[in-house]
Amino acid sequence: MSTLAWIAVILITVTSVGLLLARDWRWLIIFLSAQYFGMLILTLLHWPLGMASVKVVAGWMSAAILGMTRSGLPREDKTEKQSVLPHGRMFRLFAAGIVVMVVATATPRVDAVMANAGFAVTSGGLLLIGMGLLHLGVTDQILRVSIGLMTVLAGFEVLYATVERSILVAALLALINLGLALAGSYLLIASNAQTEEPA
Amino acid sequence: MNAPTIWIIAPIFIAILLLPVRNQRALSIIGGLVTVLLAIAAQFIPIEEAFRFGELSIKIDSSLAVLGRILEIKPAEGSLLAIIYGATALWFFGAEASKTATRIVPYGLLITAFMVASIAVEPFLFAALFIELAVLLSVPLLTRINQPPGRGIVRFLIYQTLAMPFILFSGWLLAGVEASPGDIALAAQSASVLGLGFAFLLAVFPFYNWIPMLMEEAPPFIVGFLLWILPTVTIIFGAGFLDRYSWLRSSPQLVMALQYAGLLMIVTGGLWAATQRHLGRIMAYSSIAETGFSILALSLDPRLGIPILFLLLPARALGLAVWSLSLTVIKDHSETLRFGAVRGLLRSVPFASTGLVLASLSTSAFPLLAGFPARLALWENLSRVSLGAALWLGIGIIGLLTSSFRTMAVLSMAEEYTSWELGEDWLQGIMLGLGMIGIFVLGLFPQFVQYFLSNLPAMFEHLGR
Repeated sequence: MSTLAWIAVILITVTSVGLLLARDWRWLIIFLSAQYFGMLILTLLHWPLGMASVKVVAGWMSAAILGMTRSGLPREDKTEKQSVLPHGRMFRLFAAGIVVMVVATATPRVDAVMANAGFAVTSGGLLLIGMGLLHLGVTDQILRVSIGLMTVLAGFEVLYATVERSILVAALLALINLGLALAGSYLLIASNAQTEEPA
Repeated sequence: MNAPTIWIIAPIFIAILLLPVRNQRALSIIGGLVTVLLAIAAQFIPIEEAFRFGELSIKIDSSLAVLGRILEIKPAEGSLLAIIYGATALWFFGAEASKTATRIVPYGLLITAFMVASIAVEPFLFAALFIELAVLLSVPLLTRINQPPGRGIVRFLIYQTLAMPFILFSGWLLAGVEASPGDIALAAQSASVLGLGFAFLLAVFPFYNWIPMLMEEAPPFIVGFLLWILPTVTIIFGAGFLDRYSWLRSSPQLVMALQYAGLLMIVTGGLWAATQRHLGRIMAYSSIAETGFSILALSLDPRLGIPILFLLLPARALGLAVWSLSLTVIKDHSETLRFGAVRGLLRSVPFASTGLVLASLSTSAFPLLAGFPARLALWENLSRVSLGAALWLGIGIIGLLTSSFRTMAVLSMAEEYTSWELGEDWLQGIMLGLGMIGIFVLGLFPQFVQYFLSNLPAMFEHLGR
């Protein structure tokens, strides 16, 4: 199980960096879905399969909601043109590298606080939180903001699963994930509302 | 029959039933009546006590088990529910006048029910999850699907969502501190995480930039509703943390942190409000200062601070309701809410202009208005703790008063021979008139609300006793 957990951490690293670098929305949705699978593996270390699967099902449903909404919009989202922040992949890769280093440094200390959740779980959770925050920091596009928030929450859920096994919390967190995706979809449609109107 | 079903689940069902309704007047009346009935029931129907209703003997249980956890409305929380639903009724009855009933009534009722659930849930730190659900419901409330959203709503969503993980984590860390009270490092970590969570949730400096943005982008009446209900319930949730953890309550560092945070919000809110040239942004910064007053009240000795905190609630609700309705009416008669566009509007929308100035003056602690008694009590008690802090509070209030007088000057600066008109319709006039009378009544007879407030400190086990 430990080897599997480290494979999940590698998967999360690839998907979260992929989310930062990808420009095509289809890749964003694919990376997000894969990220939830990595999250499932890490959650399984502390939760039974039945409860852990709630997280991945809610995550995949959220990704599907975002993907279906984006697929119905024009090829280029209006907000995708508005970003004033650096577009360069090298810049984002460098920033992601810094996050990875910070996570590697912080993991032992946080793991001690987290009642020894396990290095893999702690580093996976922190990595998701760090990458999500980085994502939120470098974009104001609604699709990416939604994905950034969902990534931060995914990281938090991985860590929180080690200390809290309440069914109510699992249900509410799943509801919040779906709510975030629905709110993101709503804002995505709203942000493209004028594009659809005839000139 | 149990209390959570009446005050949480029933409103959620009613709100869902109201979602497809499109008639502004029907929604406003139904929503207003439902919330008034819920408020009256909360105030007068005893919880956990048998009472006779005709031939029937009824007892309302306080708790409901949901997925292994409990939603519990304690008997002492009845008055708080009465205030929350009563204030929500203010917005719902004003919804037709502001032409926002189709959005604010169903979504507002859902949000109010989730905020009440956040007060009721046990363990209490799960409240953060219900608050987040209310935040997510605010998105369709704040923006229409056919109107591009601004940056304010995106920041609102980010900041409020980030609060939830911090608060849930801090709850877990605080339990660890309880288990090993000697661990200073853990105590510091948990207090920092908790502080950061509440800084996001209460929009403490510097996390409040979304409020002025939202006031420019979204309908003022709707933003006013959110600026009332979200901080009000959050601050009570925060007081719950102080009540629950004795080491937190007795920590001098926390008292200092609350004092500094409150003063920072009042001073920056007041000074920024004084320098704005947009009526919506002035309301935004004044509401930030208003939250600062509540945080400052929490920093005082709980026996004094908690009653002041509760005294601030009705004035805040009424002030924001009148202010946001006035802004809505002014927005209908002006291209923008910038000073240049609203000059002299006192002569064309006198009720809205007067309501705006009175609500602004009430927030600025102007004597004889609703906000004055609570602010006076706060100032007096703060000066006993620290004269420096009282001076800073004065600076913030001067800033708020400056913004009020600037607003009054701009609204009354009409061309010399401009005739007086009544631009508001009869409903807007009545709602604003009643609101203004309420602002005077609360200012002149503050003891009037004591009937609702006197028992509220009993909802805490340790605070305010």
